[in-house]
Amino acid sequence: MKKIINNPDRALQEMVEGIAAAYPNEVKQLPETTVIVRKDAPVSNKVGIVSGGGSGHEPAHAGYIGKGMLDAAVSGEVFTSPTPDQVLEAIKAVDSGKGVFLVIKNYTGDVINFDMAAELAEAEGIEVEKVVVNDDVAVEDSSFTTGRRGIAGTVFVHKIAGAIAEQGGSLQEVKAVAEKVVENVRSMGMALTSCIVPAAGKPSFQLEDNEMEIGIGIHGEPGIERKEMATAHEIAKELTEKVLNDRDFSESDVAVMVNGLGATPEMELYIVNKSVQEILKEKGIKVYKTFVGEYMTSLEMAGCSVSLLKLDDEIKSLLNAESSAPAFRI
Amino acid sequence: MGLQVTEAVEWMKRINEKIHINKEYLTSLDQPIGDGDHGINMARGFQEVSNKITMENYENVAELLKDVAMTLMSKVGGASGPLFGTAFLKMSLVAKGSDTINHDNITRMLEEAVNGVKQRGKAVEGEKTLIDVWSPMVEYFKRVDRFKAGEIAGEAKKAMENTKDIMATKGRAAYFKEKSIGHIDPGAATSFYMFEALSEVIKAGEK
Repeated sequence: MKKIINNPDRALQEMVEGIAAAYPNEVKQLPETTVIVRKDAPVSNKVGIVSGGGSGHEPAHAGYIGKGMLDAAVSGEVFTSPTPDQVLEAIKAVDSGKGVFLVIKNYTGDVINFDMAAELAEAEGIEVEKVVVNDDVAVEDSSFTTGRRGIAGTVFVHKIAGAIAEQGGSLQEVKAVAEKVVENVRSMGMALTSCIVPAAGKPSFQLEDNEMEIGIGIHGEPGIERKEMATAHEIAKELTEKVLNDRDFSESDVAVMVNGLGATPEMELYIVNKSVQEILKEKGIKVYKTFVGEYMTSLEMAGCSVSLLKLDDEIKSLLNAESSAPAFRI
Repeated sequence: MGLQVTEAVEWMKRINEKIHINKEYLTSLDQPIGDGDHGINMARGFQEVSNKITMENYENVAELLKDVAMTLMSKVGGASGPLFGTAFLKMSLVAKGSDTINHDNITRMLEEAVNGVKQRGKAVEGEKTLIDVWSPMVEYFKRVDRFKAGEIAGEAKKAMENTKDIMATKGRAAYFKEKSIGHIDPGAATSFYMFEALSEVIKAGEK
C-alpha cells in the first residue's frame, strides 16, 4: 500500500481537521467529533440539512456544506457509517427550531445509524425528517432486500434539498422536493481498478489489465458483472442505457452528472461525457445542465458513474439557485 | 451455576482477543461480499469495550452488558455497531436484577437480542446475517436444560457454517445475490467467536 497518510487509524480525524482548516470562513468542526457544520450554524429560521456516511467519498459530504446546500456533514471511518452519537451532534448543531432534514444513502449501516440518531433527536424535542437515496440501477429494486444503493445521484438531493431550505421551505416542503429528486434520479457506475481501505492495506478485489467491473458501488465492493475492457463510447453507452432502461426519461429535460470515482483523469470523464451527450441527443432527451468531475468518489478507484436527473420547473430553479459549497459552487 | 460478573467480564475480554486474532480473517470474509472492513471495525469496537470494562468495577452483569452495548454503538459504526450494540443492550435489559448469566436467563437474553436485531436491521432468519447464528443458539439453549460448555461452540460453528449456503438479501452482501452463496457471513463469524468465548469461560468455571 502506498498512500499519503500518517497513520491509518488517524486518517479520518486528520482529514476532518484538514477540511476545517481549508475553509475557516465557511465551516467549523464540532469539538471532539468528526462533524463539520456551516460556520454560521444554526442558521435562524431555516431547516437544517444533514448528510454524511463513511469517509472515502470526498468531496462528499463535507465539500457540500455551504449556503444553499448542506448545514452539516458527518464522517464515519472509511466506508463505515458514522455512529448515532455523531449524527446526533450534527442534528443538534444545525437545528434552529425549524427542524432538521437527513439525506441518507441507502446502506444498512447508514440507515440504522441515522435512524437511531433521529430517534434520539426527537427525544430531545427536535423535529427530524429524512429521505433515503437509492439511485443505483445496478442493484435490483426490491422491498424484500436491502434494495438499491445511494451513489452519485445523492449530490443532486443535497443541492435541491439545500436550495429549498435556504429559500425558507418548511421541513415538509424540503422532504417533498427531496423525495421528488430521489424519484427522478438514476445512476450507474463502472470501475477499472479496485481501491485500498487504509486500515485494510490491500485492494478489496483484483481486476486484470483487460478487465473492467460494471455496476460498481462506491465502497470498493465488487460490481455486478466483470467484462472485457471496452472503449469510452461503449462504456458510456452501457451505463447510459442501463439508466434509460430503468426510468422513462424520454421527452424530458435532464441534468447529467459524469462522476469520477477518484483516480480517473478529467480527460477521460470528458470523453465519456461526449458520448453520453450524443446518446441522449439521439434519444431526444434534452440536456439542461451537465456536471463533469469528482463528486462522489471511492478512494483511489479508477472508474466513473453516469447519473441522470429528470427535471421540472421547480427542480430546475432549485438546481440553479446559489450554492457556496466549495465542491458545488453555483 | 452461571457466570459471575468477573466471569462475564472475562467473556467480553475473550471476545476481544478472538476478534483481534481473527481480524484479518473476518476482513477477508467481508471482501468478496461486502466492503472489506468487518474485522477492522469489530476489532476497534471490542478494543474499546475491553478498555472501558477494565477501568470499571461492575456490581452486576446488566451494567456490564449495557456498557458493552453503548461502546459498540458509539465506536464501531456501519451496520455492525448498532446491531451488535442492540443485541447486548437487550441482553442487559433482561439481565437486570440477576447476579449471574445462567442457563435460565441466557435463553431469554438471546431471544430478546434476536428480536432487537430483527427490528433494528429489518431482517429475519435466512437472510445471511448474524441472526442466523443468534437465532439457532436461542433454539439450542431452549433444547438443553443447563450450560454444556462442550456443545455451545460447536452449535454456533454449525450455524455459522450454514450461512455459507444462504443467499444474502440484507446488508451489502445482498448486492451479490447468487454470488453471495458459498461465503460465510462475516457477522455470523463474529457471532461464532462470541459463543466460542462463552463456551471457554463456562468451561474454565467448571474446573
